Amino acid sequence: MKPASFAYARPDTLDEALELLAQHGAEARVLAGGQSLAAMLNMRLVQPRVLVDISGLARLDTIDADETTVTVGASVTQAAVLRWPGLAVQPLLAAALPCVGHPQTRERGTVCGSLAHGDPSAELPLVLAVLGGEVVLQKRGRRRRVAASRFQRGVMLTDIGEDELVTSALFPVRRGPLGTAFREVSPRHGDFAILAVAAVADPAGVTVGFGGIADTPLVRRLGHLEADALADALNAIAWEAGGDSDMHAPASYRRRLVRRLGAATIREACDALPRA
Amino acid sequence: MRYLEPDRRHRVRVCINGSSAEGDAEPRTLLSDFLRHELGLTGTHVGCEHGVCGACTVLLDGRPARSCLLYAVQVHGRTLTTVEGLAAGGELTGLQQALARHHAVQCGFCTPGILMSLTCLLEQEPGAGEERVREALSGHICRCTGYEALVRAALDALDGTD
Ligand code: FES
Ligand code: FES
Repeated sequence: MKPASFAYARPDTLDEALELLAQHGAEARVLAGGQSLAAMLNMRLVQPRVLVDISGLARLDTIDADETTVTVGASVTQAAVLRWPGLAVQPLLAAALPCVGHPQTRERGTVCGSLAHGDPSAELPLVLAVLGGEVVLQKRGRRRRVAASRFQRGVMLTDIGEDELVTSALFPVRRGPLGTAFREVSPRHGDFAILAVAAVADPAGVTVGFGGIADTPLVRRLGHLEADALADALNAIAWEAGGDSDMHAPASYRRRLVRRLGAATIREACDALPRA
Repeated sequence: MRYLEPDRRHRVRVCINGSSAEGDAEPRTLLSDFLRHELGLTGTHVGCEHGVCGACTVLLDGRPARSCLLYAVQVHGRTLTTVEGLAAGGELTGLQQALARHHAVQCGFCTPGILMSLTCLLEQEPGAGEERVREALSGHICRCTGYEALVRAALDALDGTD
């Protein structure tokens, strides 16, 4: 399958990129790693007039970490984050990244691109949502930060405006004792998950998120529950989410995974929590 | 800024398999098509054209990439290696010999892509074990071998790298 015609722009600066987006609006698409976009272009699911290739913008190709946040720029690939020596400060991201696509697609695919694509079963939007992270959006003359919970609004639907560019993603670093775990079930390692679960345990309770069962990552806060109470809580989440049936799995299987994989992931996160 | 008009052919220069090459491509021309039709390097195979099968995998600046998910204009000025670059002197690489020894090539459709991914793995991680080999192979679909022979061949080649 071959894409329809488009013009190709490779800006040298962020300002040039924002100028192009201001000029072309909905007719333009931002190309970073292209691991989702190029597939959609090739199948002609999208037919933009202009591709704005931001992969050469050095300013967006940085990973920064301070006491509170890991900031991943828009042209940083998933493989670059996996190779980043500081990744240990963000254990949930470290646990999820090996499940994102295959080594070959991670070399090109970007963290921010996955967020911007907004696939409901993708790992990175789930991780950002469970951590309570943010996305930085920029357009000409304006920069704003949007919480993950408001950024992703539906299936492949996000808060990105026509003339806006995701410039970075902010993954909060939490202090104090924490235990994290990430698990997923997929037909083949690296494929989109039938269900993905991410959990962060702290002394007061567990934040757990599910990908692949609702239109956007489903995040809930639970106390430290005994086995029976946890089973009830997960059962309630499973029915609340409902889930859809598709060629990969029926909805009932997804709900069962919420209960089983959910419990296993929460247990793993709690076991990893250092005892006081 | 580089701005390339649609529906026109633009000059693309690359360093490929150790020498420089150039050809013309519209912005929408897939790298896989540019390699095969413009540069005549038909060793790179095309299966799905949407990033799923791995047959089209090449090395871009030494790292594996799906050439069907790249447009030729994106790689202007970059360095590529395709399967033609492996046995450049006429002699098969250790990895290629291992694939032959273990009967890991049947119809051969998936082979060029798999060779590129495994070549990178061998270079970057000579100490890689079975798990890493399987992970690298997970990005490729092979309808013939059942993968076991590929895993054995890769581990055999890895053994020979130290
Ligand atoms: S042809 Fe490129 S991945 Fe299938
Ligand atoms: S050898 Fe036939 S597809 Fe792999």
